[in-house]
Amino acid sequence: MTLTKPIYFDNAATTKCDPRVVEAMLPYFTEIYGNPGSRNHSFGWVAEDGVETARRQVADLLGADRKEIIFTSGATESNNLAIKGAASMYAKHPAGSGKCRGHIITAMHEHKATLDPCKRLQKEGFEVTYLEPGADGLITAKMVEDAMRDDTILVTIMWANNEIGTINEIPQIGALCHDRGVIFHTDGTQWVGKMPTDVNTDNVDLLSMSGHKLYGPKGVGALYVRRRRPRVRLTAIQEGGGQERGMRSGTLNVTGIVGLGKACEIASQEMDSERERLLSLRTKLESGITAGLSDVQVNGHAEKRLPHISNISYGFVEGESLMMACKDIAMSSGSACTSASLEPSYVLKALGVGDDLAHSSLRMSLGRFNTEEEVDFAIEQVIKSVNKLRELSPLYDMHKEGIDITKIEWQAH
Amino acid sequence: MAYSDKVVDHYENPRNVGSFGTQQEIKERKDIGVGLVGAPECGDVMQLQIKVDESGKIEDAKFKCFGCGSAIASSSLATEWLKGKSLDEGESIRNTEIVEELSLPPVKIHCSVLAEDAIKAAIDDYRHKNGLEHDHDHDHAEAAH
Repeated sequence: MTLTKPIYFDNAATTKCDPRVVEAMLPYFTEIYGNPGSRNHSFGWVAEDGVETARRQVADLLGADRKEIIFTSGATESNNLAIKGAASMYAKHPAGSGKCRGHIITAMHEHKATLDPCKRLQKEGFEVTYLEPGADGLITAKMVEDAMRDDTILVTIMWANNEIGTINEIPQIGALCHDRGVIFHTDGTQWVGKMPTDVNTDNVDLLSMSGHKLYGPKGVGALYVRRRRPRVRLTAIQEGGGQERGMRSGTLNVTGIVGLGKACEIASQEMDSERERLLSLRTKLESGITAGLSDVQVNGHAEKRLPHISNISYGFVEGESLMMACKDIAMSSGSACTSASLEPSYVLKALGVGDDLAHSSLRMSLGRFNTEEEVDFAIEQVIKSVNKLRELSPLYDMHKEGIDITKIEWQAH
Repeated sequence: MAYSDKVVDHYENPRNVGSFGTQQEIKERKDIGVGLVGAPECGDVMQLQIKVDESGKIEDAKFKCFGCGSAIASSSLATEWLKGKSLDEGESIRNTEIVEELSLPPVKIHCSVLAEDAIKAAIDDYRHKNGLEHDHDHDHAEAAH
């Protein structure tokens, strides 16, 4: 098989739409174009059939009932609806009462689509605890338990982290929340479709997911909303025609939803073998790089980590220049949402990775369409590039001369 | 973000990479001036060394850089421009000239500022070692960005 360059190792940012998904979507642009809200003619009925099939496909992937699936524009919207909608519904006091309206628990290294809604709620009278993860990025049930208060109304902890892949103790955190009568939301964007999910045995009340992370189209996602034990209610954010049980008004994105459903069906069927394949590719990638270079560090939890995400710090080399050197590999420094800024990753900083190493870290994320040849190529290009940049690096010289660069008085600028 | 052709050229073929000796050796040599500016936690460190001949001309310059492609290109360009210049001429290089030459975008202007700081720090170091303290206004050499 010939290698086509550049190679795509940024599957945690987005994935290529699977051709089988595109094929399933196509008729819904030109043939089955009705509005599923049109209850009085066949155009609406067949469109609705497509949507309801997709709803079942999504529910099956999550171990949920299809009535528990709300379609949205993606995981950012799902997070906003879940967090703001639950906080508003379960608030202990009305807005403007001057009292604490309720306590929310999240973590410092969550995605911005969780952190920013939480910050908004702080301005609106809620109190938020941001848990500090361990050095491996893990949030445990014990950490959540220790932060619980009598007035805690919502816990939101991502299933697995997007930058480092560490998998949090979701079933245990969920069990704790159910014991305390607290609503539990998890951002499953990186987890769903890659790892087996059962919202019942995993004790999840609200789960956000996105289409384009699992080989579906962009602009579509879903929110799982538990209907039994407990029945979770949300205050709608977007109001209008009352679609999606009133929780998310707006004409349904039928083509996107059909694509999301098909992507979920494929994921259900292929997940087990794909997980093994990705894990073996990543093991090869990481062992190749760590064997070929000194002073590298794999970030995240050693075992509790998603099989497709690899985040490595390369000492004495700056991440952006390394990406420039590895121009045939598409990868990421920080998450795609923040890589336009020059700040080092706040996720790695939350883990206690030093600022110097946080500037020296790159994430490679593998996917369904990556091959072993690509991994071999990446190992070679990364090693070559790091060596080239270390030749240029004054810090590497100092390191070789035995100078401790953390002891130098740098002029921070 | 796309880099300009000149940045890519300097990045792929950096000019005058290196050092005139170990940190200890260059500290002791009086014909060498060293500027080490930036900080690892900010993602940029530049080390610029100048070698000055008896007539006071910069006969050689070398750099090492931990930083993005624009930082590497800025320091590489600085070494090219310094060679053959007097200390006063070297000191008059402005970051805006580097920005213009390399077509740096606004988010990368700090790389050129750092290069100017490195030039000034290297010249100051040489003067300090040789008792040639300058009475020019040095305020602009402060790393205030």
